[in-house]
Parts: sequence; structure tokens; C-alpha cells
Amino acid sequence: MTSRASHLAVATFAGTPFVRRKERNEMVAKCFFGMMAAAMIVPLILIVGYIVVQGWPLLSWEFLTTNPRGGGVRGGVWSALIGTLYLVGFSLLISAPIGVLAAVYLNEYARDNWFTRVVNLAVVNLAGVPSIVHGLFGLGAFVYFANLNEGKKSIIAAALTLAVMTLPVIIASTKEALSSVPVSFREACWNVGATRWQTIWRIVLPNSISGILTGVILQVSRTAGETAPVMLTGVTTWKMIESTGWLLYHPVKDQCMALSMHLYYIATQASGAPKALPFAIATVLVGAVVLVNATAIIFRIYLRSRKKW
Amino acid sequence: MTSKRGTLDLLSERAIEALIRLCGISAILFVFGIFFFVFREGAPFLRHLDLGEFLFSKSWIPTSQTVPKYGVGALIVGSLSVTAVAMAIAVPFGLGAAVFISEFCGRKTKETLKIVIELLAAIPSVVWGFVGLSVMSPLLINTFHTPIGVNMLNGALLLALMSVPIMVSIGEDALKAVPDSFREAAIALGATRWQMVYRVLLPASKNGLLAAVLLGVGRAIGETMAVLMATGHSVRIPTSIFDPVRTLTATIAAELGETSKGSDHYQVLFLIGVLLFTITFIVNLTADLVVKGIRKQ
Repeated sequence: MTSRASHLAVATFAGTPFVRRKERNEMVAKCFFGMMAAAMIVPLILIVGYIVVQGWPLLSWEFLTTNPRGGGVRGGVWSALIGTLYLVGFSLLISAPIGVLAAVYLNEYARDNWFTRVVNLAVVNLAGVPSIVHGLFGLGAFVYFANLNEGKKSIIAAALTLAVMTLPVIIASTKEALSSVPVSFREACWNVGATRWQTIWRIVLPNSISGILTGVILQVSRTAGETAPVMLTGVTTWKMIESTGWLLYHPVKDQCMALSMHLYYIATQASGAPKALPFAIATVLVGAVVLVNATAIIFRIYLRSRKKW
Repeated sequence: MTSKRGTLDLLSERAIEALIRLCGISAILFVFGIFFFVFREGAPFLRHLDLGEFLFSKSWIPTSQTVPKYGVGALIVGSLSVTAVAMAIAVPFGLGAAVFISEFCGRKTKETLKIVIELLAAIPSVVWGFVGLSVMSPLLINTFHTPIGVNMLNGALLLALMSVPIMVSIGEDALKAVPDSFREAAIALGATRWQMVYRVLLPASKNGLLAAVLLGVGRAIGETMAVLMATGHSVRIPTSIFDPVRTLTATIAAELGETSKGSDHYQVLFLIGVLLFTITFIVNLTADLVVKGIRKQ
């Protein structure tokens, strides 16, 4: 549509003062809006670059795989890294199936009536609830009411909180993936006598699994960075784990450390930390998030290129 | 007709359908659940709460031994003012970028910009807060010669960067929804593309753009870690954008860990949570109704 518009704009009788002025206006407008867009990119690059440069001296394999020492100001980020993995893993284990099934309901079963509108409205509003309110909810519901760990914070309470938080986004991305499967696929399947669920299981889900997975992968990065909800429900500033072993944290009984909380703690409360330390932690966090996001983006581009319809 | 296998299939089909329906309504259950559980923890305090004083008094002295004061007026002003400044920065840039992506650039640039925006959206809020604390704060002190670098402007700049991605993506959707025939008509009449944007596209997509702005507002009000670390966290009514402020969200995050369960202070913090939930609920509901408005047209 943009290219069509520009064809129209470049008239064949170029050269008159009027057309030249018009073209100049065009350029000015384009530069103006381009600068608006650049205003988002430049800070992103500057900030990420600055963080990485400042944190670089501390970064090494040892930094990732050794426990913090001396109140967190020496050593690495091992416990925090594993804690974040636990939180992300458990929360997605809970939210992905529920989210996908909810999207299946909204896209395949729900009729266009007031009830469906209410459900959609609830999804939108759930996505808009501030993260700290999710934290309060997790504390009230999972830590105190469900009493998962005798009224104390636990990994599972934090994971459940994060699951509720990521649910609406997974529903939205899955719904989009499902609706990109052509209706004719479903009709063909119904016509050979398949039931609704058979159609979904054999036709709709296999054809949209890539889109669904991309949405879920993007949630990994979102979940990994969350701080406010988990610090009320399961994350603590100091909890060491063994560097080897099968189950590093006990998900129900333990609280864990997390990269995001560790960064907050080191940046604001720990005294005597070397200047590069918080930058190094931030680099690990941003690096992990960008890596996961890049995977999702590459995955999406690859799958779009081999889409058959 | 119905063989044993057929009945079994039918039963499992029913069971799966029930499960799907249950998951489908889970979003409603969770929205009510959030309100219920947050309200439940804070409710006992409602008995000796003067709502007028709670909302409008600006003295927040929860840890006083003698007469603790729970007035969130200054915190509300803090939240609203930092959000307002953030929006004053983010709205022109966000919508301008949306116009650029939708109208002025080729496919390649468009894809690249969308990826950049996705990455911008993915940076965790605690990293933004850290940036505010360690990068922006010295920068602001040197540039504007203010005594304190962690202030309203610092927080607002961060919030602007954080809420721009959602504005760009929703705003671009809104512009995409304007039929091409509108653009062709404008250009056929000899309008420059600037005139086309200003006179045709913006009026035609104003509901969608308004929704984009509202969602950005919702995100900015609810943001916690960045404002906790970057706004200075002092309870007062700000008089300039270089004053430190404290927001509703940051107060909960900073103080909840130090209260004991069931104390007045603890319950008031949950009531602030109810207040935040209500504010964002209204903002999101409005945004949704505005979007529905476009679909009807």
C-alpha cells in the first residue's frame, strides 16, 4: 500500500516549482517521522551498549556458574540464574496449557454473544493489571489462602502468580495463531465426519503450532524479567544452592533467588559491590531475554517462509 | 448404532470440551480472583478508614509509633504526574513512529523496526530502573544541574521508553485499518503525504490511536520497579519535574516486605492495590470500548 501510494505521488511531469516544493515537503515529512522512530532505537542501542561495556570485565563462564559470595558482592550469579529458570519453567508449565485451551475455546467454540465478549474483556483487563497487584494477589491467594508452604513464600507460589500474569498474553497470541488457519481446513475435516475436538487436535493445532510456540517463547523473556510480583511471593535476596545435583531447589518448600531481584538488590541495597557487578548482572538478564526473543523471531521468520497457504 | 468405542469417543469428546470451556472462562475467574483476594487482605481496615482522608490527605506516615497516617493523596499525585510527563514525551514519539512504520517506510525497514520495538518491549523493568539509577541520574544532574538525579523526569523518561512499544504496535494497527481508498483519494486530489497523514489518516484512525495512548497510560501507571528505583521515592506533592516523587506502585513494593501480616499498614497497602486495580481496570475498559467503537463504524 505504501509503494502504491509513492507511485501515485511521483507524477510524471516532474520539475515544475510546485512539484519540487511538494517533493521537498514529502522529504521533510519523511525525515520528521523517521526521526520519531529513530528516537526509540538510539536510546535502546546506547543503553544496552553501555550496560554491556560496563559489565564486560566481570563476565565469564565462572560468573554464571559460581554462587554469589560475601553478601552478593563477590562471586557469580548461579543461584539467581537457576532460580529464574525454575520460575520461568514452572510458570509456563502451568500457563501454556491453560492459555492454549482458553484460546481454543475463544476461537473454536465460543459463539459471538455477550458471554464471549465478557471473556474477551476479562482477557484484556487481566493483561492490564499492574504487576505489583499480581504480586499482592499471589501473596493473598497462593501464599496465605492456599497455604502452599505454611504461610511462607515459595517458588511454586511465585510460579503460579507469574502463570496468571502471562496467561492473557498467551491467550492473545494463540488466538491469533489459531485464527490464521483457514476455515476451509476445518470444513474439510468436519465434512469427513470428524468431531470438533478431532478437527482441533488433528488439523487446527498442528497447523498453528508454530505461531503458538512463538507466543509462548516470547513469554519466557517477559517472565524472566519480572521482579515486583515474585519478590512478594517467592523470591528472596539470599538463598544458596549446590552447584551440582539433580533438584537444585525444592519448588514447594524453597524460596529462590532470581536474576531480576538480584539486580535490584545489588543496585540499591548491597554495600561494597564493585561498580561493574550490577552492570554484569543486567547484561546477563538482558542477554538472556534478547537471546530468547531472537530465537522466537528467527523461528517466526523461518516458519512464515514455509507457510503453505 | 452406537458401538462401545463410539460411546467412549463421545464421552472423551465431552470431557475435553468441558475442560476447554473451563479454561476459556479462567480469565474471568482470575480477574475476579485478583480483586477478591487483594480486597480480602485489605478489607478489615475499611472499618476504621475515612475514605476522604485516605484518598485526599497527603500525609503518608505509616510507621509512626503514635499516630500513623494513611493518606495516599501525594502518592496518587505522584503516580499521575509521572505518568502525565511520560505521556507528554511518549505520545508524540510513539504515534510519530507508528505513522512512519505504517506510511513512510519500505517493507524491510518496517520489519526491522518492528523487531527493534519487540526488543524494546522485552527489556525488563528492573533493568530500566537500574538504567535510571546509574545512567540517567548522573546525566540529568550534569545536564540540568539539579541536586537530585532520581526524580520525576528520570522516571518519566523511563516510562516513556517502556510504554512506547505498545503505543506503536496498537497505533500501527489502527492506521493499517484505514482503507487504502482513503489514501488514494487524498493523493489523487494532489495532497502531499504529510497532508494525507494530517488531514485524512489521523482523523480516520483517531479512536484506535486514542486506544493506543490509553493502553500506554495503563502500562505507565502500573509500572513498579522502574519508578521505584528512578523517581526518588519521597512523599510530596511535586512542584517541578525535577522534584523526586513517590508512586502508588513503588510504595507497595518498598513497604510490603517490612509489614507484618494483618497489621493496619499491611491492610492499607492492599487497599492501595485495590485502588490501582480499579484505576487500570477503568483505563483498560475505556480503551477497549474505544476500540469497539472503531469496529462498529
